[in-house]
Formats: sequence, C-alpha cells, structure tokens
Amino acid sequence: MLKTALMKAVATAALSTGLTLGTWASAQAVDLQFYFPVAVGGTAAETIQSLTDEYAAANPDVKIDAVYSGSYQDTITKVITASRGGTPPQLSVALSADMFTLIDEDLIVPFDDFIKTDEDKAWLAGFYPAFMENSQTGGKTYGIPFQRSTPVMYWNKEAFKEAGLDPNTPPATWEELVEFGKKLTKKDANGNVTQWGVRIPSSGFPYWLFQGLSTQNDVILANSDGNKTNFDDPKVVEALQYLVDLSTKHGVMEPGIVEWGATPKAFFERQAAIMWTTTGNLTNVRKNAPFEFGVAMLPANKRRGAPTGGGNFYLFKGASEEQLAAAAEFVKWISAPEQAAKWTIATGYVAPRPDAWETDTMKAYAADFPPAIVARDQLEHAVAELATYQNQRITGIFNDALAAAITGQKDAATALKEAQTQADAILAEYR
Amino acid sequence: MTATDTTARAPLSIRGREWIHAWLLLLPALVFLFAFTHIPAIATFWHSFFSTPRGRRPARFLGLDNYERMIADPVFWKVMGNNLWFALGTIPVSIALAIVMALWVNDRLAGRGFVRMAYFTPTVLPLIAVANIWLFFYTPGFGLIDQVTGSLFGWPHTNWLGDPATALNAVIVVTVWKEAGFFMIFYLAALQAIPPSLVEAAKIEGAGKWTIFRRITFPLMMPTTLFVSINAVINSFRLVDHIFILTDGGPDNASSLLLFYIYETAFEYWETGYGATLTVALLVILCALAIGQFFLFDRKVHYK
Repeated sequence: MLKTALMKAVATAALSTGLTLGTWASAQAVDLQFYFPVAVGGTAAETIQSLTDEYAAANPDVKIDAVYSGSYQDTITKVITASRGGTPPQLSVALSADMFTLIDEDLIVPFDDFIKTDEDKAWLAGFYPAFMENSQTGGKTYGIPFQRSTPVMYWNKEAFKEAGLDPNTPPATWEELVEFGKKLTKKDANGNVTQWGVRIPSSGFPYWLFQGLSTQNDVILANSDGNKTNFDDPKVVEALQYLVDLSTKHGVMEPGIVEWGATPKAFFERQAAIMWTTTGNLTNVRKNAPFEFGVAMLPANKRRGAPTGGGNFYLFKGASEEQLAAAAEFVKWISAPEQAAKWTIATGYVAPRPDAWETDTMKAYAADFPPAIVARDQLEHAVAELATYQNQRITGIFNDALAAAITGQKDAATALKEAQTQADAILAEYR
Repeated sequence: MTATDTTARAPLSIRGREWIHAWLLLLPALVFLFAFTHIPAIATFWHSFFSTPRGRRPARFLGLDNYERMIADPVFWKVMGNNLWFALGTIPVSIALAIVMALWVNDRLAGRGFVRMAYFTPTVLPLIAVANIWLFFYTPGFGLIDQVTGSLFGWPHTNWLGDPATALNAVIVVTVWKEAGFFMIFYLAALQAIPPSLVEAAKIEGAGKWTIFRRITFPLMMPTTLFVSINAVINSFRLVDHIFILTDGGPDNASSLLLFYIYETAFEYWETGYGATLTVALLVILCALAIGQFFLFDRKVHYK
C-alpha cells in the first residue's frame, strides 16, 4: 500500500515537473510478482519459468518474479492471505471457477481497461467461447484462459480386444458405456473382480467429472451469475443415479469413493479398462501406459458434454496503473499462439485459442500424436465449470452430497435436495 | 515464584533487582507466548461474535448467531462424534502399545538397538510422508494390503478409504502406528529410572511378572502415563495432516475431525467468522480436558 502511494506521489511529481508519464515509466523498470499453481506432474513449473525469462529478456523494462504457489487450493489461500496482509501479487493464475470468490473478496480488476486497440479486441475475441464462460461476468472480463483443461475418456485397446470389442471404437453413449463395461469387467475364480470396466474417480472434487454426466443429461448446474444452483433438478438426480448404478446395479465400476490420484496408475495396472480423467494427464499416460490406448470424448446421453477446468490469469487490486498495464501486456504475450503451443506440448493442457492450433509447432505435434486434438474438439460441447459465489463452500456441499449418494448413505434425490437447500441459504444474499 | 518466596526477607533493593532480573529472563518467552498464543486466542474469541468480512462487506456484530449456527450445524456434530471415536481409538491403543513395546525393548534381547530404532522410525517420519506411504497400502487392487490379503486368502478388493464405514478407522490405524513409537521413548526412560532393587525385592517375595508390573512398574510410571495421556489427548485434536492426504475428510465428512473442519471452514470456504467460533469450541474442549486430567490423575500419580 505504501509502495503504491509512493509511486503515485512520484508519478504526480514527475508530471508536475513537465515530464510525461511515458518517459518516467521507460526509465524505471516495473516490478511484477506473479503467482502460479501447478496441478499436474511433469515440467510445468520449468516451462513457466523459461517463458517468463524469455519475456524478461525481450522486455528489459519489466521484471517478473514468478512464484510457484502450490496447488490451486494453496494458491487461492495465498492470494487471499497476501491481499489481506496488504501485499497482493500483481498477477496470478488461479482456478477459473474461483472468479466469483475473487470478485466477492474485492481482490481483482477486470482486463477491460487494458483492451483498447482493435488488435487487443481481436486478441480477446480469439479465445474458445467455452473457456470464456468462466472468465466473464456482468459484461466484464476478469480472467484470461491459460492452463485450461477438460476431462476426456482414455481406453485400453488391448483390454477391448481381449473382451471381443473393436479396439478402435470407444463407447459413445451411456448405454454403450454400461454394455462395454460389462464385457470389460473380469473376475477371477473366487468371483473377485480383477479388472473393472469403467473408472470415474470421485475423491476430492467429484463435482468436476460428475458435471460431465450432468451436462450430457442436458442440465446446467449453476447459472452464469453464480448465484443460483440447480442441484435438485430431476435431470441432475438422474445423472447421479446413473453414476451410482455403474457400481451398484451394473457392477462395472469399483464401489465406494474412487481415488482421483491413483486413477492413472490403476489404468496402467489394468485395474480399469476405461478411465475418465483430465486431458492434463495426457503426457503422463503417453509416457507410462504399457499398452496401446485411445483417447475419446466423454460419451453422450441427451447430448455430448463436459466441463472445462483449470486456471486463468487474474489482475489484482493494489497494483499501480503501470504494473497492471505491464501485467496485461505479459498476459497478452504468454497467451499468444507460439507461447500457448509450447505450453500445451509441455503439459497436455488445451491451448485456449484456435490460432495456437494453427502454428507449425502445434500442427506437427497433433500430427505426431492425434489424441491431443480430442480435448480441443470436445470444447464445442463443453460448458463452464461449476462456479458460484462462495465457490469452495458450494462445491464442498455438492461434493458431500455426491459422496453420500455414491457410498449409499443417502439416495440421490435426498442428497441433492439437501445440498440445494444448503446452497440456497448461502447464495440468497447474492441475488 | 519460589525464587521470590525464599528472598522474602531480603532487603528491599535486592529483592527489587531480583524481580527485574526475573521478569527480564521471562520476557523473551512471554513476548512469544503473548504474540503467538494469547493474543490470537483472545482475537479468535472476539472474532467469533462477528460475521465474516468480505471485500465488499465489512464484518457485522452478530452476537451469539455463530454459536447458534454451530449448535444447529450437523457437520459440526458429525466431526465432534468422529473426534470422540478417533480419541477412543487412538489414545488407549497407542499408550498400551507403547508400554508393551517399551517393556519388550527394555529387556535384554538380541538386536535391542535395532528393534528400538525400528519402533521409533515412524516418529521421525513426517506425517505427510507417512500418509503417502499408507495411501499406497490402502489403495484398492494394487495396494499392499489388498495384494497380501488377495494372494493369501483370496479376499476381494477393499476400498478402505472410500467407504464411510472404514475410512475413519483406517485413519486411526495410521495415527496409532505413528504415535506409539514416540510414547514408547518416554516409557523406556521411565522404566530405566525405576530402581532395580524394588523388582528384586518383589522377586524375593515371590511375586510373579504380572504382579510386579501391576504393583510396581505401572504405578511408578504414572507420571509418564499422565504426561503421555495429555499429549495423546491433545494429539487426537491436533493431528490432522494425514487426513489431507488420505481422505480429505471424506466420504461425506466420514473421516473429518474438528481441526480439519476448522481449516476447511476458515481457509477453504473463507468463513473466518464461523471458523473462529469453531476454534473457540476446540479451545474450550482442550482446556477442559487438560484441567480435568490434571485433577483426576493428580491423586493417582506418585512423584518422587
């Protein structure tokens, strides 16, 4: 705060003595602090560091201090704590679904003030609309998509062959998922399952993959203002019942809460022939699967559908105009096609702009590894990740309801009805 | 206190100087105690009567609303019940195991140093690392437990952490495994402080091993048991690190404990007002337990 006041004072002084702000700014390096979370394995952190170094080398008047800030959850905790302590970062990547929380805490400023020229406007219009749903509200743009993902379905081609299925045809509908799952579920002499047909993990944040099912059942979990949820809609209940039935009725999925973190490993160990997980795991699966695998869009019911996920760039309050302008310039640079392509290849995240896929680097990558395109193509069916005011709280309630139904504590309708009542009580003050 | 008592009749100037010395010596510790324990505790108590401040809305005085909400909160009662079960599951078992292990490694046996080290190893490991190891043990299918029970008995896969009936018990096992070795060290020290003449005298009188333990060893270890049991009780409210790794409090809060719920409320949901209220509840419980234990046990403890 003091620093900001001081810089403003200096700026005013500079103006009053006849210097322009421009010459003052170019004479002084702008310091930026930039928090970034890493949610997948691999070389994500190194890639971010090398990209910021590259930018700093080309722009000596900007100094960027890139700070690794842990998981998404840690990052949001850190930015809120730092802001309350009076030292917010100027720029951070945080969960796109936390936009309303950050607005509510009054911590972020929209990008609109820095979108002035036609070129800037074209840049902003160049992102996939599915990613912008979680980035804009009330006519303003608060987030710029960066490390964005979507869940996809991975399947073991060898297991398909053994089960007498065509290894190149993944299930395309809910019925097929059950039908194929039954053929893929193998039991030993004692009747114990050795290979499950399907694995849809449900630990930690089950709402995300569940949102795939609810979207396929043609229902949206929360409105775009972030103040009303539809948890007890009959279509949501139906989708949850389908998920529960996979274990209890059809016996094609392991019962109970299925661990998210162990899911790729279970897939490699042939404990599950089909798994749903983030496209951010693509590079991991490519390196470690000991068999031929395929990647497909999630199956459809009433329609195709999947949530988006991952992180956006946010600009924080408390920074000076110069800092914010410099931060916005950096965001424009790092989301440009060449940089976005580098980032996608290093991690498996979906490049957030169509023009990034037109670069030669990306074309070569996609030609070499066609599964990379599946996530991109699914985007036209994708919807915004569940995001509301007090997002962590609301998703927490929803996760508890899903867990209660999956573990058979409550039936789907009751669990979701209770969750809706609790969510209504919290969101009422935002309407 | 005792220093001032003994100097009560000394000349005033000397007494005054000793007072100043005493306070100066206490000052560094006091500063830290106040800065990091007492002031935050009072601030928490104060905040528990206010709503959570958000960027656009300052905190409002709510009176007892947060407390009423806590009483009506089913998750609060669930985590309290879980915490009680967790305490009952961890404290007696880890203390009993610690005594057995201490008696065992106190005897002369081959490779005593190695066994002592083996028992103590879990204490040295960080709880997060321990939780990650156990996460692998518990993993259905290719986890250690399933592989062993599957190949030996042909049991089906068990989802220990994903079933509300077993999740908390699985967490308890990890806690006991981690804590027992630590408590063993205290009992080992206590055992070595017991004069051998007492045991020899009892043997001459013809007392059996069990009688010696019940009449001599155990009573003489009572100060240690008091110390260990207070620690165990505090730990049963304090140790939540492994829950973040193992279950994240799930499924549906089945393995969530009070402190974990406080963290979730205050730093994930950012409801700091209600988080403060829950913290006050935790503080009250801990104070009551510590005071109760001192009064209850003090009569049975023989200090030398």
